[in-house]
Amino acid sequence: MSSLNQIVQIALINLRTLPQRLGTSLVVVVGIAGVVGVLVSVLAMGEGFRHTLASTGRPGRVIMLRSGSDAEMSSGIARDQATLLASLPGIARDEAGRPLASAELVVMVDLPRRGQTDPTNVPFRGVQPTAFGVRDELRIVEGRALARGVREVIVGRKAAREFAGLSVGSRIAFRDSDWTVVGIFASGGDVHESEIWADAEVALSAFRRTGFQSVTAVLTDTSPAGVEALRAAIARDRRLSVNALREPEYYAKQASVLSKLIGVLGYSVATFMAIGATFGALNCMYSAIASRQTEIATLRAIGFGGAPVVASVMIEALVLALVGGVLGGTLAYVYCDGATLSTLNFNTFSQVAFDFRVTPGLLARGLVWALVIGVAGGLLPAIRAARVPVTVALRTG
Amino acid sequence: MKYVPLLWAQLFRRKTRTVLTLLSIVIAFLLFGLLQAVQTAFEAGADSADAKRLLTIARYSMIEPLPMAYAPRIERVPGVIAVAYADWFGAKYQNESNAFAVFAVDPDHYLAMYPEYSIAPAQREAFVKTRTGAVAGKRLMDRYGWKVGQKLPIASEIHTKKDGSLDWQFDLVGVFDAEDPAVRANTDVVLINVAYFDEARQSGRGKTGWYIIRVADAEQARTIAADIDRQFMNSPDETKTAPEKEFVLAFAKQIGDIGALVTRILLAVFFTILILTGNTMAQAIRERIPELAILKTLGFSDVAVTAFVLGEAGLLVGIGAALGMLGAVGMLSPLNGATGGRFPPLFIEPATWGWAAAIAALLAGAVALPPGVRVHRLRIVDALAGHR
Repeated sequence: MSSLNQIVQIALINLRTLPQRLGTSLVVVVGIAGVVGVLVSVLAMGEGFRHTLASTGRPGRVIMLRSGSDAEMSSGIARDQATLLASLPGIARDEAGRPLASAELVVMVDLPRRGQTDPTNVPFRGVQPTAFGVRDELRIVEGRALARGVREVIVGRKAAREFAGLSVGSRIAFRDSDWTVVGIFASGGDVHESEIWADAEVALSAFRRTGFQSVTAVLTDTSPAGVEALRAAIARDRRLSVNALREPEYYAKQASVLSKLIGVLGYSVATFMAIGATFGALNCMYSAIASRQTEIATLRAIGFGGAPVVASVMIEALVLALVGGVLGGTLAYVYCDGATLSTLNFNTFSQVAFDFRVTPGLLARGLVWALVIGVAGGLLPAIRAARVPVTVALRTG
Repeated sequence: MKYVPLLWAQLFRRKTRTVLTLLSIVIAFLLFGLLQAVQTAFEAGADSADAKRLLTIARYSMIEPLPMAYAPRIERVPGVIAVAYADWFGAKYQNESNAFAVFAVDPDHYLAMYPEYSIAPAQREAFVKTRTGAVAGKRLMDRYGWKVGQKLPIASEIHTKKDGSLDWQFDLVGVFDAEDPAVRANTDVVLINVAYFDEARQSGRGKTGWYIIRVADAEQARTIAADIDRQFMNSPDETKTAPEKEFVLAFAKQIGDIGALVTRILLAVFFTILILTGNTMAQAIRERIPELAILKTLGFSDVAVTAFVLGEAGLLVGIGAALGMLGAVGMLSPLNGATGGRFPPLFIEPATWGWAAAIAALLAGAVALPPGVRVHRLRIVDALAGHR
């Protein structure tokens, strides 16, 4: 009999007897399902957060902030500077010849999450009318667009879902002003969907601001040379102390702290659990081979080799691990995928809402972890099974 | 006590299994200890809040400034015994945004407001007298290797100096710390002297970020808070005043769902590990029922044999839990070293030990009681005959 055939034969016997060892086998399956479920769901949270920020902005657009500022919150662009920036040669223009640039201010407003009472920092963005030409991915999905010069707001889809009192037609009070929600917008699931938007001029007066915080603009030349040319033009003008960043670069930076934190958390917890699950798997496989000691020894006595015995035990461990991995991945997918949550982004000090994203890549990573635990848990017991002298095994079995 | 060797021998009847089970328990409790430490660290803010301290911020958003001129008016509100203020500096250190918090404060008033901070009297004096002075929390000093007496260059992301530059420099004149680990998280901050800061900044002069108010009677805190807010009602800068603890809790809520979610996942994990381990242990006891019958044959009473089963489980879980918790304690100190100043200090509070002990006892009981009861009722003949 070839050893391949032997492996198949023993593995089949093993797997057929699995139901008799349900209790211990379940330990492996549940343990590994736990590891994979936690790993995948925590990483899916990180992935969703990163995706939300990474899908914000287009490489063809720049955001201009005061030099030295890493976030809009701490930046400041005076009104005259904003006009200068919009008229720079590198900035694209629409059919009417107006620059595709929007000077914006961002303030934090206190709104509770739905069903709660504690205020959270929700970003409130005042945008110029050109903003909708600049960000052409933005669509009004309910209600209508902003009118100029009145206290109206449109609300991002995720903000409307996450925070209280933001449905179309409702009124919200900030400072000494009442605002009417006239529309809800979507912009491809990006970070702006967590925001509230109003007309910049109205917002400036309502929040008693004199200047903007950022200017977002479309480039005529979207190559690296185009960005460089714009930076050079800014540097030549002594009235401007401004840094231009491509949007994706800027938003990737905004994700740094929180996504690092989630990653560290996910991997460290999963590592501990994986160690625990490996012990569980070892225990299970040892008791599996112990209960089959006589059987294995008999097989070896009638001519089955050591290697097929090892391989068959490994196959059993891997099958159990795989079942656990698939179970954990499925649970993570069913419970987490698409769920929305919001948290404080430490980089911007404001709320950002995002969806869990269970991607195929994450599921694959979960399965790899499961198989590694399976190998780690199966190898030593497998070797022991093949090593015990046949005579000893038959006598003590 | 004379039966301990017997328990020990029974435990190591199958060495591999016992060791593996033990390690699973160790891991579970290690995880439990670490998680509870993280949880405690987050809640410590609220615990360390002083019930006699109120905070006042701008009514509509915590990032809006308030006039410094409010201080004397707040001081006159009945029941208020001290007022201090602080402002965000928006630090950027070594090109890292928000590497740590920097508050511009009036040194004397601010330090008096936080008696839980310890600072050498000479250094405190120096901070009050040095206009460009700064003091830093001990954990920050350690993390960046600062020395008292050095120049401290910190950029601001918000405040420009009169020359338009964002680069500021301070004289590090002192270091402060706190005894209580729950308070120590609040010391991860650099305090600068507002006298120099306010004079040197280009805009926003005469404004500050928030007020800290001490009241004589914690019972009156809410009434006084309302009185303060009434003072500034209908002014351009309306205020929102609340006990310190409420602000800390509200801030924790900002982080919101994530914290709750992670805690829930982790508790689920912990209990999964325990249930799985318990299952293995219970099986190990069941396997040994014939042996226990032999003990009975030898003359051990029903109670004694049941006690053996319980004792064995208790010993295994107890050792595992203790090792796990000690492991967690051992890991905290390097963890704190590595995250100093970025993350509140982690520590294991006495209550966590209590919980760990309770969970360990519960686990041992749940695992050993059913087989224990069975052993108690066991008829020797049946057991030896193999009728389990």
